Parts: sequence; C-alpha cells; structure tokens
Amino acid sequence: MTSDRQDGRTGQPGQSFRYAVNVMPKPGILDPQGRAVEQSLPHLGVEGVGFVRVGRRVELSVAAADEAGARATVDRLAAELLSNPLIETYAIELLGAVAPLEAIR
Amino acid sequence: MTRIGVVVFPGSNCDRDTLHALELAGAEAVPLWHEAADLGGVAAVILPGGFAYGDYLRAGVIARFSPVMRSVAAFARDGGLVLGICNGFQVLAEAGLVPGALLRNRGLRFLGRDVLITPERLDTAFTRSVPDRHPLRMPIAHGEGCYYADEATLTRLETEGRVLFRYAQPDGRPAWTGDDDANPNGSLRGIAGVLNEAGNVAGLMPHPERAAEAILGSDDGMLLIRSLVESAAERAAAGGPVVVAAG
Repeated sequence: MTSDRQDGRTGQPGQSFRYAVNVMPKPGILDPQGRAVEQSLPHLGVEGVGFVRVGRRVELSVAAADEAGARATVDRLAAELLSNPLIETYAIELLGAVAPLEAIR
Repeated sequence: MTRIGVVVFPGSNCDRDTLHALELAGAEAVPLWHEAADLGGVAAVILPGGFAYGDYLRAGVIARFSPVMRSVAAFARDGGLVLGICNGFQVLAEAGLVPGALLRNRGLRFLGRDVLITPERLDTAFTRSVPDRHPLRMPIAHGEGCYYADEATLTRLETEGRVLFRYAQPDGRPAWTGDDDANPNGSLRGIAGVLNEAGNVAGLMPHPERAAEAILGSDDGMLLIRSLVESAAERAAAGGPVVVAAG
C-alpha cells in the first residue's frame, strides 16, 4: 500500500503495527454533518435513529520495536495532527501486528 | 518603504490580491514561499486566503507544520505583526497562535458573499486607521468559518478586549448565532476576528484585500490593510517588533 511505503522511509527495523485512529467531534460541539444525516432519515423512511455524529477514521502502520513504542507515536500524531483537541476527541484502536514496513517496501 | 510578506502555500489563492492591496497602501509587498524558513526581514506577515495544502484533514492543519510557519511562529513570539485572513486565520488557529477553531459553516454550504463587520477595538495594530465603529463591508468566502471556542475562552476574549470584529446588522448591532443572514456561518458570539494575548497576531475571516478599491464594490478593507502597513512601518522605524498590547 502506498501509505505503508511512505511510512517505510523512516527505515526503522523490526515489526510494524497497524492502527486506526477514530476522531470524533467533542460532545456539545455542533456537528452540522451529523445533523444533515439525521435530517435525511425521514426521506429513507427510517424512524427511531438519532444523535448522529460524523467523525473521521485514519488508518496507519507504524514501525517500532514493540507495541508500546508504536502506540506512543500514534498517540502523538493523533493529538498533534489528526485531531484538534479543542474540538475533537480521538480513540486509538490496534488492528494488529503486520509485516515490517521494510518488507512491504 | 515598509516591507511586508505574504506567505504563499500550495493552494493559497488570495496571495496576489493581498500583495496588490499592500502595494496600494504603500508597502513593499513580497511573497514568502512556504518551503523557505527565511522571512526576508519583513516588518509584518500576512497569511492569505485560499486552501493551503488542499485543506486536507482540517483546514490549516498541514500548513501549520510547513517551514515558513515555524519562522512565522517565532516571529509572532518575538512580537512581530501577523494577520491571518480566512484560510490564514484557520492556519493561525491550528497553530495555536490565536485562540479557538473554525468549524464547518452551520448551514454546511460554502459561503461567498458580502458581510458587515463591526470593529470592537480601534486602538489595535490592525484597526488603527478605522475612523469609527460603523460596520465595514467586505466579502467572506469559506466553508469552515464558524468561530468556536469554549465558554471560558469566549468570556476571556471579551473581558480582555480580544474580540477584534463581530459580524453586524446593517445598523451596527452585533449578529449573534442564529442570525443566519448577518452571521451566516454561525460563529459563536458573532466573532469574525480575534487577537492573541499580546495583540500582535490577528485572525480575520472576511477578506479586506477583496474590498480594497472602490471598483471592487467596497474599499472598507483598505482601512485594515493601511492599519497594518502603518503599524509595520512604526515597527520597522523602531528597529524591532512593535507590540500593541491588548486589553
């Protein structure tokens, strides 16, 4: 995958880990996208669905000696780049250990 | 002649207009390339409107990590004058150089139209040439312009006199959230522009450079461009950053 190849340029040896970072608007922040989805529900004839919130999911692979090291990198990326802490929260999800990035490249 | 820089990111599209407006106001306007860390000895910096780095992920966030922004952040910390217009405001907010964030417009649509804004302060580096608090007309052009900050920050901005502009009704009264005509993006407390704590960095959602000549339908924006040029000239004459304190 292209993204893996780019990540692989760091050239770190060892294992790599694949994560999903789920970014959501904070509670209380107006989410006009979620509201637009809600407003479309009657057109589908769907009832009993509410409180729709629209977020963003980013998947990435991280080369590191162990999972703790990889997670620290993802945590930093999630806090500084992938989310804006003023308006969004994030949750990190480990998808699994994958082939070393070197091997993918 | 006072030298003022306009940052050019990939995707900036108001840089030429901004350079032109600065020249009309008597400045030596120079483009500053996003990959260059050298600000070329400018006395002030404008981050122009556009879609820096395609506005991918969130508007302004990728631009925040560019080489030029590291220098702009250092320049701002030293008291240098920085004005972010539209996308430039989004970049400043993402970089934490001004408080708050710009959310998707309340109505979800991209808005390109004239608005009225009222200056809350006439004694700042960015508004010193504005004669009074009558509303100024200039265009907005954005998809993410809904100003957001938490309640404590909003109250602090107001008590410290750091709300620079509010969207306004034709009679000059502020346009609060819910007044979709005068405050079309739904900005909290009608905020269209803010100052940082030291008063040397400002973010503004409407485009003064697009209202800098009568032929454009309004030259109200020139009052802001001229304010910046005068403040920068003072700074250059003093041989260092001139910080106009907020509050």
